[in-house]
Amino acid sequence: MSRYRLDPQPGEVIDRSREVGFTWNGKRFVGYQGDTIASALAANGVRVLSRSFKYHRPRAMLTASYHDPNAMVQVGDDPNVRGAHHLVEEGMTVTSQNTWPSLAFDVKTANRIVGRFLSPGFYYKTFISPRWLWPWYQKVLSRFVAGGSVTLNHQPAKFDHRYAHADVLVAGGGPSGMAAAIAAADAGASVILAEEEHQIGGHLRWGDTQARDDLNELRIGILTRSNIEVMTNAVVAGRYDHNWVSIVQRSMDHVEERLVQVRAKTLVVAAGTLERPYVFEGNDLPGVMLSTAARRLICLYGIRPGNRAVVLTANGSGDAVVADLKRAGIEIVRTLDARKGETVVAASGGKGVKQVIDSSGATHSADLLVTATGWTTPTSLLNMAGDRPVYNKRAARYLPSTLPDNVMATGGMVGDGTTQDLIGHGSAAGAEAARRAAGEPPSGIPDLLIEEHLELYRSTTHGFVDFSEDVSSQDLVSAATEGYDTMELAKRYTTVGMGPVQGKIEAVNAVAVHGEAIGASLLETSTTTWRPPYAPIRLGTLAGRKYEPTRYSAMQPWHEANDATPLLAGQWVRPDHYGDPAAEVNTVREGVGIIDVSPLGKIDLRGADVSKLLEFVYVNRWSKLDVGKVRYGVMCGEDGVIIDDGVTGRFGPDHYLMTTTSGGAGGVWNWLDDWLQTGFPEWDVKMTAVTDGWASINVAGPRSRDLVSRLTDIDLRPDSFGYMEVRTGTVDGFSNCFIWRIGFTGELSYEIHVPANHGLEVWEALLAEGADLGVKAFGVEAQRIMRLEKGHFIVGQDTDGLTQGHGVGVDWAIKIDKDDFAGKPELVFQAESGDYPRLVAIQTEDPGIVPLEASQIIDGDANLVGRITSSRMSPTMNRSICLGQVEPNHATPGQALSIRLPNGSTVQAHVMEHHAHFDPEGTRVRV
Amino acid sequence: MLLISCPHCGQRNSNEFTFNGEVVTRPGPDPDPASWRRYLYMKTNAAGWQEERWFHVSGCRRFLMIERNQDTNEIRMVRDYGDRR
Repeated sequence: MSRYRLDPQPGEVIDRSREVGFTWNGKRFVGYQGDTIASALAANGVRVLSRSFKYHRPRAMLTASYHDPNAMVQVGDDPNVRGAHHLVEEGMTVTSQNTWPSLAFDVKTANRIVGRFLSPGFYYKTFISPRWLWPWYQKVLSRFVAGGSVTLNHQPAKFDHRYAHADVLVAGGGPSGMAAAIAAADAGASVILAEEEHQIGGHLRWGDTQARDDLNELRIGILTRSNIEVMTNAVVAGRYDHNWVSIVQRSMDHVEERLVQVRAKTLVVAAGTLERPYVFEGNDLPGVMLSTAARRLICLYGIRPGNRAVVLTANGSGDAVVADLKRAGIEIVRTLDARKGETVVAASGGKGVKQVIDSSGATHSADLLVTATGWTTPTSLLNMAGDRPVYNKRAARYLPSTLPDNVMATGGMVGDGTTQDLIGHGSAAGAEAARRAAGEPPSGIPDLLIEEHLELYRSTTHGFVDFSEDVSSQDLVSAATEGYDTMELAKRYTTVGMGPVQGKIEAVNAVAVHGEAIGASLLETSTTTWRPPYAPIRLGTLAGRKYEPTRYSAMQPWHEANDATPLLAGQWVRPDHYGDPAAEVNTVREGVGIIDVSPLGKIDLRGADVSKLLEFVYVNRWSKLDVGKVRYGVMCGEDGVIIDDGVTGRFGPDHYLMTTTSGGAGGVWNWLDDWLQTGFPEWDVKMTAVTDGWASINVAGPRSRDLVSRLTDIDLRPDSFGYMEVRTGTVDGFSNCFIWRIGFTGELSYEIHVPANHGLEVWEALLAEGADLGVKAFGVEAQRIMRLEKGHFIVGQDTDGLTQGHGVGVDWAIKIDKDDFAGKPELVFQAESGDYPRLVAIQTEDPGIVPLEASQIIDGDANLVGRITSSRMSPTMNRSICLGQVEPNHATPGQALSIRLPNGSTVQAHVMEHHAHFDPEGTRVRV
Repeated sequence: MLLISCPHCGQRNSNEFTFNGEVVTRPGPDPDPASWRRYLYMKTNAAGWQEERWFHVSGCRRFLMIERNQDTNEIRMVRDYGDRR
């Protein structure tokens, strides 16, 4: 056993029978199962764990807990791991952070020589000029940035989300929290007890025999109650509206971290207290630590924190640490009792404490200085619940003031007392929490007594207030002198409380020093606001696993078997192409092709008033649509902006089917529901979303009629089934199918809709039956090229969030003589003003140049007059073709335009007469 | 995450709903631009109680009228839009 490891301690949490090997900065060490990284290092004589943020001073454990500002380490490719909390594991690779070139010899310690202390705003003030040097400053300063290193090829890890429900959620597993959980469970509540540390028990874990017996009794009480779920190493990170509480559960089997979101009927905050550091010269030297840190090291991990100790005590914890240190065989050089007016003035040493000067002027030789000056209440969760905790002079800490009925506080958060007092208050709080969870009217519980504590914040010297940001009490005084006279301002100027510890252990000292500097007491001093999360959450934890569904059509097996390149379109995965989109275009233009258009949104509408609904949501007219006809419609929002388009067919007097864009299906469905439920509830319209019910195949090309006629009983002759008509019948032997004749590609085409479970068979039948016609499948890219050749716009591609109805050249469809329809007033205003961008077809003079989509269109004076919204090389015309939005005075046919290319050059172009580059008369769809 | 008592589905998290803004009255036919744009854009955004439109999109797909306090997020009334008072 190393000379740093004590004999087995009665309450220790390490398993000495299981050794754990790990490396620290490349050197191999051995710890025990249950050790934290920092305690395992301490057992090997490693004291300095990091270099400080600004001055690169050597730092060692201060709190020996999750919130230790000095124990941030890198584990493998994980930066900023809390070394005094994270358990050591076999094979772990641990390295120090913020050290260059090494932890032992850090050249950046020169920072100390330069300024002794960098004043607040040093970087802003120093590097503001000359400006031209900034790139160089940035390069050098970036080497000084704190934190670990991020690797780009890290190992993927699993993160999880869980939703939980609890009548009573207890945050904190100390004596009060445990008692609250037991009492709430006994009152019939379902309880979750979340504890930030690795074991429940709180400070009882490092207490005396009696404390450990009390802990055992409580632990058994919890484990024997089946309606208590205990989560350890799980921190309650936030409390949101209506008691929505997030818990970050760490280091689980197979999952790095899990975000548990709990709707708690009552939240009991039993977060206890955090020990407060004391501000004096040299208070950051390795070997200066809090009494709870020394007690944790000795009692939980069997670590000898030093050899010769000076103890500053103002309370029972300081008195107890003296006993612990003696038991561990550490020489007590001097005990300074703050209650008798004794205090520490300064500590000095190089890489650790060597000498301590007390308030009598005496100098003591010691390598350990333990301080027990008081407590801070971690009130974050209470603040998040709307409370504004108030500073209590007697308690020398903030205590809750007013809490909502569904949040309660117990334990050190609200007062003091013996273990039995804390258990008693916790029990009362737990029982009351269960009552409130059951819907009973709230009643009060007896207060916990408040003992007198000293207001000990700073000695007569200056020292560090914020260890993670290297902010000293002198900095806070300077900031006040410079006029930063509220805490919120001083915080932003000095960055106090903005480091990884986020103010938890240093905020009260900061407020006290700031108050001292502006001549105000803590009661009068403004405080900062505590916001979620209480503890850091990894981005992976927030992301969790992907639960978004992926949608495939019935024909997906064929697409996969035929090497379709997938395209993610919203939730849908669609075939982008099957190898050569240009060849697919030629197949359709010359013969026949088929495309899977199943993601097309489909809404079945039935009832006497469907035509009224269509009249209202579309800009065009619907009252005269005969049965058996389909019509194209444009849909605008109330602001006149185009939200969707598509064709709707009439199957019977009171039966229509609306199609929407694939991406717009959900939004249109909601939009129609909105009007039907809130605008026109008296209308007789029954609406059903049937997108997934139909597999849809567009058969396009001059030979499409030949092909489709081989599979259907529907008469396809042009005089009986014209363009923009719909027929129902049998396809490939399956009845109740329907076909409509439309022409998005610009070719004769039949869109076949069959019940989804027959989609794959019909698809394969079309390919088999049409083999002699040369039928081939085509993908979304070929369809996009063909629609661009035809000048058909795509909502969201050629339109944007400001494109109102008239902007896309569908003035013929907009019937402003209709009584009313969604967005009508805006379209009236738009037509009156005439001042809006126009969508036009554009061709470059050089047919070989295809400007990228979103390229800028400029006039002769290089003014921006528009942008390219769609562009492709047309296989049909063998030239570049575009759609673009241009200012109204640049929209007339023949208008010359310049398009700026990515390399800075421009290509000349002009506005076309028609949107369609190909077959503007539309003769090919009407054959 | 608010907890909303849907009259059809019971207590549900607010992420099952879409928030569709405060209740506004649509002007009659042929409005002038000022009144139309007041309807579109000029919301009261009360610091206190307001009537709002919510849509239970991942539940019963009903539009609900909710009285919510914007200071406290307290909800005191939820009813289906179709149920006239």
